[in-house]
Amino acid sequence: MTVRAAQGILALVCLLASSALAQTTDSRRSGFEDMSPQSQALQKDDTANPGMLSVLDGEALWSTKAGSAGKSCADCHQDATTSMKGVAARYPAFSTEHNRPLDLQGRINACRETKQQATPFAWESKELLALSAYVGKQSRGMPITPPDDPRLEPFRKRGEALYSQRLGQLNFSCANCHDDNPGQKLASAVIPQGHPTGYPLYRLEWQSLGSLQRRFRGCLVGVRAEPYPYGAQEYVELELFMMSRAKGMQVETPAVRP
Amino acid sequence: MARALINVPPKAKRGEVIEIKTLISHPMETGYRPKGDGSFFPRDIIQKFVCTLNGEEIFRADLYPAIAANPFIAFTTVAREGGLLVFSWTDDRGEAQMESAKLVVE
Repeated sequence: MTVRAAQGILALVCLLASSALAQTTDSRRSGFEDMSPQSQALQKDDTANPGMLSVLDGEALWSTKAGSAGKSCADCHQDATTSMKGVAARYPAFSTEHNRPLDLQGRINACRETKQQATPFAWESKELLALSAYVGKQSRGMPITPPDDPRLEPFRKRGEALYSQRLGQLNFSCANCHDDNPGQKLASAVIPQGHPTGYPLYRLEWQSLGSLQRRFRGCLVGVRAEPYPYGAQEYVELELFMMSRAKGMQVETPAVRP
Repeated sequence: MARALINVPPKAKRGEVIEIKTLISHPMETGYRPKGDGSFFPRDIIQKFVCTLNGEEIFRADLYPAIAANPFIAFTTVAREGGLLVFSWTDDRGEAQMESAKLVVE
């Protein structure tokens, strides 16, 4: 009888524990889930996803020789489908030679400058976006895994501070919308939780692929703050924090967003 | 050469309705967008899209400036016979880009 009662209590405890677990499951959602079924279908189908056009461009660039070193990406990194697998999921990463973190675009341009000895691509240029999309696509479906690197910590902390720093004439921080009011509407658009899972992504509004920095600039202009210039350290720090916030979520590159 | 993506079902049954999806990279510059100095970016759009099966036209579309960049055109047709599908997009300069795909009908 007592054994039975104990078993009953145990079962009850298990039941309560599992329901508590269900309540504490991940409440983070990708912007993908807030899109219309039509836009979701566009992202899911590789022959309909307009971001794939850039991925194909990136694939061609990967094996194009450039610069006075006469090297292509493939000459050092070989086949991107194996060598670049999971790389985008762990960026931004610390660069010893620069003594600061670099985002994926920064890394590509740094390689271009030092290894290929070519002029770096302009920020937001078609080529830089295409290569980032091609490298990013190799991590599609993999969980975001920010590196466990203590050297990144001070930068991540700064990014976190910037995330909750009120800015601009409207005096809003990132957190005011993306932490306090996700799922609500800003005009007709749903406010996403702001997880950078699919960059560079194809935004229907932009009618082109764009980087996370472009997205940040859009938000900064939205709160009527002066955006930092492209390539600014602030963007990398913000991305560092946001990637740690999105840890474990799936990479969707190249994503589609309205 | 612009990049294009074509999606044709790998196999179709005779008489079945199939969907063919096409995507091409193109800026579709409207001609109405002002530059900093008040002049306009010159218009550059795809005007015409045609799909033929074994030389016979099965679908045609006229495109206008209000159509977004990288036009995605999907259409359905009845799979009566297999053969070679040829897609062509003609832009303002009169240059046509051609792509082809095989349609297998059993």
